[in-house]
Amino acid sequence: MAAPRLFRPTARLFSSRLASTALRSNLRQTACAPSIYRRGYATENGTKEVTVRDALNEALAEELELNQKTFILGEEVAQYNGAYKVTRGLLDRFGPKRVIDTPITEAGFCGLAVGAALAGLHPICEFMTFNFAMQAIDQIINSAAKTHYMSGGIQPCNVTFRGPNGFAAGVAAQHSQDYSAWYGSIPGLKVVSPWSSEDAKGLLKAAIRDPNPVVVLENELMYGQSFPMSEAAQKNDFVLPIGKAKIERPGKDLTIVSLSRCVGQSLTAAAELKQKYGVDAEVINLRSVKPLDVETIIASLKKTGRIMVVESGYPMFGVSSEILALSMEYGFDYLTAPAVRVTGAEVPTPYAAGLEGMAFPQEDTIVTQAAKLLRL
Amino acid sequence: MLFRSVRTAPLRRAFTPLARRTVTTDAASANVESPVPQEDDKLFTVRLSDESFETYELDPPPYTLETSKKELKQMYYDMVAIRRMEMAADRLYKEKKIRGFCHLSTGQEAVAVGIEHAIDRMDKIITAYRCHGFAMMRGGTVKSIIGELLGRREGIAYGKGGSMHMFAPNFYGGNGIVGAQVPVGAGLAFAQQYNEQPNTSIVLYGDGASNQGQVFEAFNMAKLWNLPVLFGCENNKYGMGTSASRSSALTEYYKRGQYIPGLKVNGMDVLATKAAVQYGKEYAISGKGPLVFEYVTYRYGGHSMSDPGTTYRSREEIQRMRSTNDPIAGLKQKMLEWGVTTEEELKSLDKTARANVDAEVAEAEEMPVPDNTSRILFEDIYVRGSEPKWMRGRTVDETFYY
Repeated sequence: MAAPRLFRPTARLFSSRLASTALRSNLRQTACAPSIYRRGYATENGTKEVTVRDALNEALAEELELNQKTFILGEEVAQYNGAYKVTRGLLDRFGPKRVIDTPITEAGFCGLAVGAALAGLHPICEFMTFNFAMQAIDQIINSAAKTHYMSGGIQPCNVTFRGPNGFAAGVAAQHSQDYSAWYGSIPGLKVVSPWSSEDAKGLLKAAIRDPNPVVVLENELMYGQSFPMSEAAQKNDFVLPIGKAKIERPGKDLTIVSLSRCVGQSLTAAAELKQKYGVDAEVINLRSVKPLDVETIIASLKKTGRIMVVESGYPMFGVSSEILALSMEYGFDYLTAPAVRVTGAEVPTPYAAGLEGMAFPQEDTIVTQAAKLLRL
Repeated sequence: MLFRSVRTAPLRRAFTPLARRTVTTDAASANVESPVPQEDDKLFTVRLSDESFETYELDPPPYTLETSKKELKQMYYDMVAIRRMEMAADRLYKEKKIRGFCHLSTGQEAVAVGIEHAIDRMDKIITAYRCHGFAMMRGGTVKSIIGELLGRREGIAYGKGGSMHMFAPNFYGGNGIVGAQVPVGAGLAFAQQYNEQPNTSIVLYGDGASNQGQVFEAFNMAKLWNLPVLFGCENNKYGMGTSASRSSALTEYYKRGQYIPGLKVNGMDVLATKAAVQYGKEYAISGKGPLVFEYVTYRYGGHSMSDPGTTYRSREEIQRMRSTNDPIAGLKQKMLEWGVTTEEELKSLDKTARANVDAEVAEAEEMPVPDNTSRILFEDIYVRGSEPKWMRGRTVDETFYY
C-alpha cells in the first residue's frame, strides 16, 4: 500500500514532467517574459547593466505606479531614502501617503501592515534587515501566514515583506543570519530569494502582485552588483513566476543548486571546475524557496546523476537539508553518488574576517567539495 | 501630587512648578559658591543649574553635587580618553581596518562618564550598539576595545563580537537589536532584587529604540515588581536619520513610563548626569522601584560610519552643539573657572590621555588576528565542557569534534 504512494511523486515526474511544467507556465506566468526561458538575451544591444538595488527600486516604483492599493512602509524608507537606498526617490515620486517612515517598532509596523492587508490594501513592509524581522516574526507567521487558512479562505492577506537577509560582511552574529529555512518552513507563506537584477525585479513584482503573504529575501552584498537586464526585463510588465527555478548554467556532470548570493559563487566555482577538470556543472538558481521548484531540480539530477546544494544558511534543518531529502524521495534511483551540501557553518557569525570566511561557503569550498563528489 | 514642587530647589523653580522649561544642554552650567579646597581629595559642593533636570511624578534630585578636584579631573580624563578612542576608531574605519558597522559616541561622552562616576562596580549596565565608551568605563582597556574593532584575538570579545558586542564585568553589552536590551536590562535588575543586592541596573537605549514594544513590556514588569532599574533613554535627537519628533508621538521620553516616575537630565553636563544617577540609584535600591531617565545629549557624527549625518540635520546645528555645548569643553571651562586646575595641568591631562590612548591603539594594531582554525571558530558556542560532541562546518568534512 505504502510503496506506490511513496513512489508516486517520482512516477509523476517520469511521466509528465514536461507536460506539467508547460501547463504551469501557461497558467501562471501570463506576464512573464519568454526570453527568460530561452536563456540569455534576445539581442545584445537591448540589454542594460543594472544594479540589484536599482532593479528593486524599479520594481517598487512600477508597482506603486500601477496599483493605488500598494504602499511601502518601514524604517528610514522615505526621507532617508532607505538604509540601503533601495527606496531612493520613492518619497519624492509617490508622496508621504504611500512611502511611510515608521518608528523603530518592527512588531508594531509589521502587524500594522498585516492589518492593512487584511483590510484590502497591498502593503510592502520593508525590514532594514531580516535580522530585525525576528522582532516581528510572530506577526509574519501567526498573523499573516495563517489567517487565510484559519478563516477558511475568507480572509486573504496580500502583504509583501522584504529586506536584506543572510550573510553580510563584518557585522557579527546579530546582523548576519540567513532566514530562508525559517520562512521556507511555514505553510501559508511564499518565499523568494533573488540573486541577479532580473531576479530582483521580477520576483519582487511577483511578490507584490501575489495575493498571499510573500517574503522577499534580498542580500545586502548583492545590492551594488550589476547584472545585464534584458529588454523584456526592463519593461514594466516583467514578472517572474514564483516557484520556478532558473538554470543559470547548463551542464551534464553535476547539478549545483543554489540561491541568492551563493548562485554567483557557484557559477564561479562551475567555471573553475570546467577549467581545472573539464567538468560541466549545471547551476540552478532556485529563485523561490517556497514553493520549491522540485521539478527543475529533479530533472537536472536525472541528467547529471549528482547533486550538490550550496547555501549560506545553517546546515541543520535548512534549505539544503530539505533539497537533499527531496533528492532522496524523488531522485534516489538516478543518483550515482551521495548528494552533498555546502552550507554556512554551525556557528554564530564571528566578527574577525578570517573566522567569518570560515563560517560561510567560499568558491574554493564549492570547488573542493564538487571535485570530491566527482572523485576528481 | 504631594511631592511635586515644594522643595529645596532654587527659588525660581518653586514659583513655577507647572511652567514648561526645557532642560538645558549647556555643559558648563554648574557653579560653586565657596572657594574650591586646595586638597585633591577634599569634597566640595557644586551647584547645578536649575535647568539641569525636569521631573515627572518625582521630586527632583538635589541641585547640588559633592565632588572633589580629583574626581573632576578623572571625569575630564575619562571623557577625553573616550573621545580620543572614538577618533581612533573613526580613523581605523576610514583606513578600512574596521569592518561592518561602527557607531561612535563622540559628543555623548558625559552620559557614559557621568553614570560610571555615580555608581559602583557592582551596579550593572546594559546598552545598545553605541557601546565603546561604556565598555571603557566598565574597565575595558582601550587596547582590548580597539583590538575588538580590529578583529584581533586579544580583543575584548576575542574578535568574535566586533563593534556592537562588547562585554565586561557587570557590563552586559553591546547589543545589536534595537530595544532588545531593555527587557534584558530589567532582568539584570530582577537578579539584583532576587539576590537582595543593594545595587541598581542602568539600562540604556536611544530615542529611536524608545518606541519598541518590548520597552513598554519591560516598564510594566519593572514597576509591577518594583525592580531596581534605571531605564535611560539617551536622547541624541535622531534615531538613525529620523528626528525624534518624526518617530515618537511623545518626545518627552522621561514621561513615557506613565506609571513610572521620570527624570530628564542634561546629558551634556557630566555633573548633572552624575547627580541624577546617584539620586536614581538611591531611589531604586530603597525599594521604590524603577525610574525612567532621559539623558538629553547629542551625537556629533552620523548614526554609523556609513551615515554622513548631514542629510537630516543642518551642519549649523552640529556646529552649534560642538562649539557651545560640548561636554568636555564645558567641564574644562568650569574646572578653570573654579580653580580646580590650571591651564597647564589640563594640557598635561589632555596630553596624558591622548598619549595613553594612542599607545594602546598602536598596541592593538600590532595584536595578531585569530588563527583561522576550527578550534577557534567553534570555541565558545556553548559553555566549555558542555558542548555537543560536534558541530557541523560548511561541509561534512569540516565537522568539528570538540
